[in-house]
Amino acid sequence: MNAPFDAPSADSSARQRLMLVDCDIHPIQKPGAVAQYLSKQWRDHMMSFGGHVRQGLQQRIAWPRMMASGQRADAYPPDGGPPGSSYEMLRDQHLDPHGVEHGMLIALSKGGMEERNQDFAAALMHACNQWQKEHWVDRDPRLHAGIVVNADDVDAAVDEIKLRAKDPAFKQIILSPRTNEPLGRRRFWPIFAIAQETGLPLGLHPAAHPGGAPSTGAGWPTYYMQEHFTFSTASEAVATSLVMEGVFEEFPKVRIAMIESGLSWASILGWRMDRIWERMRAETPRLKHPPSHYLRQNFWFATQPIEEPENPQDLIDVFDWLGWDKIVYSSDYPHWDYDDPRFVFRIRLDDSKKRALFRTNAMTLYNLE
Amino acid sequence: MILPRPGAIDCDMHVNVPDVRALLPYMSDYWQDQIVTRYIDRSSFAHMSYPPGSPLSGRKDWVPQDGPLKSVPGGGLADVQTNLLNHFGIGMAVCNVIHGSNSLFNEDMGAEFCTAINEWLVREWLDREPRLRASIVVHAQNPQLAVDEIERRAGDPRFVSVLLPLMGDAPLGRRIYWPVYEAAQRHRLSIAVHAGSTYRYPTTAAGFTSYQIEDYIHMSAAFENLIVSFLAEGVFQKFPDLKLICMESGFTFIPTLLWRANKTWRGVRAEVPWIDEAPAEIIRRQVRFTLQPVDAPRDEEVLRKIFRQMDCDDLLVFSSDYPHWQFDGDEALPDGLPHQLIEKILFDNPRDAFPRLDAETAATIQLAGSHS
Amino acid sequence: MARDGQVQRHVVAKAEDIAPGERLAVSVGNRDIAIFNVDGGYYALANRCPHEGGPLCGGLITGIPLSDGPNDYRISRKGEFIRCPWHGWEFDIKTGQSWCDPKSVRARQFNVRVTPGAELVAGPYKAETLQVGRDGDYLVIEL
Repeated sequence: MNAPFDAPSADSSARQRLMLVDCDIHPIQKPGAVAQYLSKQWRDHMMSFGGHVRQGLQQRIAWPRMMASGQRADAYPPDGGPPGSSYEMLRDQHLDPHGVEHGMLIALSKGGMEERNQDFAAALMHACNQWQKEHWVDRDPRLHAGIVVNADDVDAAVDEIKLRAKDPAFKQIILSPRTNEPLGRRRFWPIFAIAQETGLPLGLHPAAHPGGAPSTGAGWPTYYMQEHFTFSTASEAVATSLVMEGVFEEFPKVRIAMIESGLSWASILGWRMDRIWERMRAETPRLKHPPSHYLRQNFWFATQPIEEPENPQDLIDVFDWLGWDKIVYSSDYPHWDYDDPRFVFRIRLDDSKKRALFRTNAMTLYNLE
Repeated sequence: MILPRPGAIDCDMHVNVPDVRALLPYMSDYWQDQIVTRYIDRSSFAHMSYPPGSPLSGRKDWVPQDGPLKSVPGGGLADVQTNLLNHFGIGMAVCNVIHGSNSLFNEDMGAEFCTAINEWLVREWLDREPRLRASIVVHAQNPQLAVDEIERRAGDPRFVSVLLPLMGDAPLGRRIYWPVYEAAQRHRLSIAVHAGSTYRYPTTAAGFTSYQIEDYIHMSAAFENLIVSFLAEGVFQKFPDLKLICMESGFTFIPTLLWRANKTWRGVRAEVPWIDEAPAEIIRRQVRFTLQPVDAPRDEEVLRKIFRQMDCDDLLVFSSDYPHWQFDGDEALPDGLPHQLIEKILFDNPRDAFPRLDAETAATIQLAGSHS
Repeated sequence: MARDGQVQRHVVAKAEDIAPGERLAVSVGNRDIAIFNVDGGYYALANRCPHEGGPLCGGLITGIPLSDGPNDYRISRKGEFIRCPWHGWEFDIKTGQSWCDPKSVRARQFNVRVTPGAELVAGPYKAETLQVGRDGDYLVIEL
């Protein structure tokens, strides 16, 4: 329907020729899509007891999103399913016009990431992973699935990862930072072991529902404005946990992708950790290097939601501090705070930097070729 | 870098209650009885956020090695005078007492500790050292009792702020706390929120961390959530004269906070329509941050860029954070700050952050107090 | 503008195609335009949000939520605003003006504040407006 827009800043022609890797696309099931992958026992369970998550509302989030349920209002498919449920719409609105060559799927819905019934959770994650493969990856080789797991059940998570790791449809393991304990804690280490063994990166993306602990540390937020903010503070806490627990001393090859948490906090966190570690390092003898060393070595950062400094040039400093080789473009299609690849960076980038941000860094992270 | 000249205003330093017995003379008969008969005076009220022996809690040369105050970080008045006030030529210093009683669940006991601590501050510190000022310690868990304590102390102009712990029972922007802010604004007291947690909840959204260091690192994120709570709840609209002082928060996160607060607000404005100007402007006007810890690399170029990104010279107020170990020797200022900014941080911004530091304002309060 | 500098009139739709409260996306050459009918009057905006390029025509037509303070809510000027379908920014359909105050006004005098109930300070973000007129049964855009 739409002719190409006039790009407001840097030339769009280079972007349109460059084939992109999008590190955050959210597919969602059409109603009834999950059931075909569940046994009768779990189909019945879903219809009777349903999901059991850590909040008072069963079927919706306790902080209602802003307009259009927190989705792009123009991404609602004509057939009535939720945004992200239509492959055709994803293809026509995003993959084709933006030249997406690789789309990393992050399936947040009905994957059991926050489910308290451990057996149900295991069935859900298996079903969700199968659905991703059959409904999306098999349909379009540009799309790559992520192994969704409920990290709180470490054994079940490791089993599911082992099962899927051999399948080239899956290119990463998806964990939520909102687990019952910070992810660096030792009981989660079998997950890092299998990640290192298989070479699959761990994509950390906040799940929709809380993990059980209030998201601000001082209690629960009142407004969605606050809740949105806690995505990045939760990610900071997990990054801190992973580093300070010595996960990367034990598993030096593990790759962590921080997704949908913004990225300007990361180098600042590295400075802060280093200064404090100077005083308190006796508490964490496992670390052989300053904390920022591990942030630099083992972490990648997806761009969405991109920072919008008052002076756009400040973004250059942010990227300089983070490292231009560790930043990967993500759209968050079809959510409301989606970043369009044509307009996401309001700064002039030379071709090599564009290529790095939109493509080569992610190709390295996910072993894509 | 060392302080360029004497007279700096230290907005965050700590005096520590040596033990519970020191507070007994300032408690009611009932509470003295309870404290003694229940042996409450025989155990420490060390705060989980600042274990007395931890390297952060007391720089070695600021912890007495012998005598009656052995191992009490910061020591007593003589130590504070010697190590801090005289040594650094401090003009005024705001005492923030971090006491483990803020984590008690019994509200009345917690409030009694607060009133005893404030009285102890008056008699044994403020009355004896004219350079000292203090935050009123309140038991935030019960806002009405907190207001009672504020009213009790507001007539003394040496109290310049109300001290609240960063992580208590609820995000501090919540309406349940508004009586505290109403009283503070009326009395021209600033709100001093200090790093630390009462551990009603884990510090992180993923639960309890293993290490102290993780929690301390995470304080800056918790301060971001505090400021967003104040913004979203409309505290700054409701109390436009109030200053929020973030104590021991770090400051390198400020630019990203400003950017993200503006960006998010533009999309969620309809949810919080009382916010009628960009959050970054509100923060620049009503929120302040103490200097220590300097959570920046020792790189003057980086520091200059952070300050440029902040785009506001009013945000930082000087602090030593005595006796916490934030710097070595006399290096109370990071290197690389321009002279005018140093002057603002040491002298002007503190006065703006704490209206009651101003001598004229203090005199007015004294006069009003003496008539009540 | 046409290349020779002359204003050209383009018939883009029938007036009856857009009922009051409705909107329509049209194309003129390579320009995408959103036309709105607000209480019988026709207004046109470039179909591109000045924030990140979202198609304004696909957004939600609303009033503007206003407040005098926490827990005070009202809606003003119903039907006169378009919320971008992407990030939800609010634009006055008639003028294209956004309703957030970002960097244009820096309150250097720190005691100056917008008084409660007053209109929001208009931000620098503005959706491009175009002239749309009615010629009998037809809507005409001049470019």
